[in-house]
Amino acid sequence: MSKQKSERPNSPERPNSYVSGPDEEGRFGIFGGRFVAETLMPLILDLEENYEAAKKDPAFKAEMDDLWTHYVGRPSPLYHAERLTAHLGGARIYLKRDELNHTGSHKANNVLGQILLARRMKRTRIIAETGAGQHGVATATFAARFGLPCVIYMGATDIERQKPNVFRMKLLGAEVVPVSSGTGTLKDAMNEALRDWVTNVEDTFYIIGTVAGPHPYPAMVRDFQSIIGKEVRTQMIEAEGRLPDTLVACIGGGSNAMGLFHPFLDDESVKMIGVEAAGRGIDKGDGHHAASLSGGRPGVLHGNRTYLLQNPDGQIIDGHSISAGLDYPGIGPEHAWLSEQGRITYVAATDTEALEAFQLCCLQEGIIPALEPAHALAHVIKHAPTLPKDHLLVMNMCGRGDKDVFTVGAALGVEIE
Amino acid sequence: MTNRIDTKFEQLAAEGRGALVAYFMAGDPDLETSLALLKAMPEAGADIIELGMPFTDPMADGPAIQKAGNRALRAGQTMQKTFDMVRSFRQGNDTTPIVLMGYYNPIYSRGVETWISEARAAGVDGMIIVDLPAEEDAELCIPAVEAGLAFIRLVAPTTSEARLATVLNNTSGFVYYVSVTGITGGRTAGEDELKPALARLRAHTDLPLAVGFGIKTPKDAASAARLADASVVGTSIVARLAECLGKDDRPKPGVDVTKEVTALVAELAAGVRGARKS
Repeated sequence: MSKQKSERPNSPERPNSYVSGPDEEGRFGIFGGRFVAETLMPLILDLEENYEAAKKDPAFKAEMDDLWTHYVGRPSPLYHAERLTAHLGGARIYLKRDELNHTGSHKANNVLGQILLARRMKRTRIIAETGAGQHGVATATFAARFGLPCVIYMGATDIERQKPNVFRMKLLGAEVVPVSSGTGTLKDAMNEALRDWVTNVEDTFYIIGTVAGPHPYPAMVRDFQSIIGKEVRTQMIEAEGRLPDTLVACIGGGSNAMGLFHPFLDDESVKMIGVEAAGRGIDKGDGHHAASLSGGRPGVLHGNRTYLLQNPDGQIIDGHSISAGLDYPGIGPEHAWLSEQGRITYVAATDTEALEAFQLCCLQEGIIPALEPAHALAHVIKHAPTLPKDHLLVMNMCGRGDKDVFTVGAALGVEIE
Repeated sequence: MTNRIDTKFEQLAAEGRGALVAYFMAGDPDLETSLALLKAMPEAGADIIELGMPFTDPMADGPAIQKAGNRALRAGQTMQKTFDMVRSFRQGNDTTPIVLMGYYNPIYSRGVETWISEARAAGVDGMIIVDLPAEEDAELCIPAVEAGLAFIRLVAPTTSEARLATVLNNTSGFVYYVSVTGITGGRTAGEDELKPALARLRAHTDLPLAVGFGIKTPKDAASAARLADASVVGTSIVARLAECLGKDDRPKPGVDVTKEVTALVAELAAGVRGARKS
């Protein structure tokens, strides 16, 4: 029984390590778990067993490394953003260039891992949910690369605002199924993907795109994304001869942030900041933001316990963000735990702040960022000037902004034809 | 302590027939209509009532029940109102078991201990919580069973022989066999699929067996009630209710929702009652 918050009587004030989770039940403290229908339970136990075996298999790692190098384009550069550093006049800013990955975001890291696992498990059909479409595009890409049929569930509302990515997925041979149940956004797409999986249990592999869902997904996605932080560690030591001081990343479900943070969790000197989407402002109340940690409370959805946006009766509330990739009403369970432990600081940035950061990044660095990392950058803009010049700050540039030019154009009152 | 579920199954066994378990969504399309329907269910032939607790994200439900939940939520249904419905029903009926069915978050949000005591006080007999597998028994199952409520478990076609013992542990009331993989209202399992599956379950438990998911017609209900101990019908009932509604989700003028829906329940009950168990 672990009903109470993390204050278990016998647990030390601080854990010996922040990287030992999850436990055997898939819990990070009280968060995580396996809250799924019985029909799916045998499948996720089977997935866990297969993933554990794959982790120990050098051939699995070798295949992944080879594709990371030659197909995804890893390692991604750690780039010293000189002009941004000078402009902000504080911390020395580095950008981890995961937007240079094949498919344009960090999503490829995780999809590669999961599709290799799907092949190992002899699954012949791939399904995924997508919000902004980045995970959908990454999944469609790898499905094409391995010749597997692929169905992507996407909210009808998101299809409307992410048309370029919808077309990309179709070019890559995926079937894009519009989801109009609920409010037609990411959480509804995830419900529909789960409904597909529970129906097609024999042949289907569900590639979840973030560090959420039932165990083992949060841990598995984190492990695949951890390549980001592992590379940063090596690259920063090469560049500066020491570890970074602060890491900053945006958070929807939280996979790019977990990928950057996790390899540094036990390095006490490294500060970490996750940036949620404050939408029109957390103070505007429910339905105006997507900050699950700052504006939500613990609940159970999509197979795990975590912080959720919900009303007093436990009904889930839709998040709002200008970024379709951040408006999920939950957050990965490991983030929920790390937040309660105080190991990571979570803040939020508004739509307006993200738009300003987006434009600044274009002009100062010649990089068009996705609206998701523009949220991280919005916090860097606030935070970097308060830090000394020898402070090493790394921000994860987790996606590129080509997909967002229409949204940004609309927000700035510019018509693009 | 003898509860209404055990008593009902003993009584039906003595009559030599299976039970009709009728599902509908609390508060669909509004509290008043839904309460009238609840009160009319036993006389129409529902032996056990499964009352849906609406949730925004019903991941195991098909379109019909998803829409029913949305209608109920839009009409302002809350957990409190669902308990009020049960309390009101109990004033006129002390024998028909009521099982609440839904998802965990609205219960967790209310606080498990609070919810259990409110459910007991209202006259609820048990629960079916889709997203609480045996692995999460400590959450709600164990405290609910300790408080005298039945925790009815779903068993699926994917549940292996080795896993059955785990799944049946701590369960009570009856066992709900999900006859097909998938969501509610999907395809119907044939007798050739059901027979071996039920035989496998019988070897592991003495609890009554109910079959649900994909049971649509009086004939399906009769067949499942004969092979098992109960048929669960949900989607057909909810769909019949939806047919009574106009575009604004209000009952169409001149249409009596209770009369229409109970007519279907009576047909299903006739099927179940006509299927004598051997």
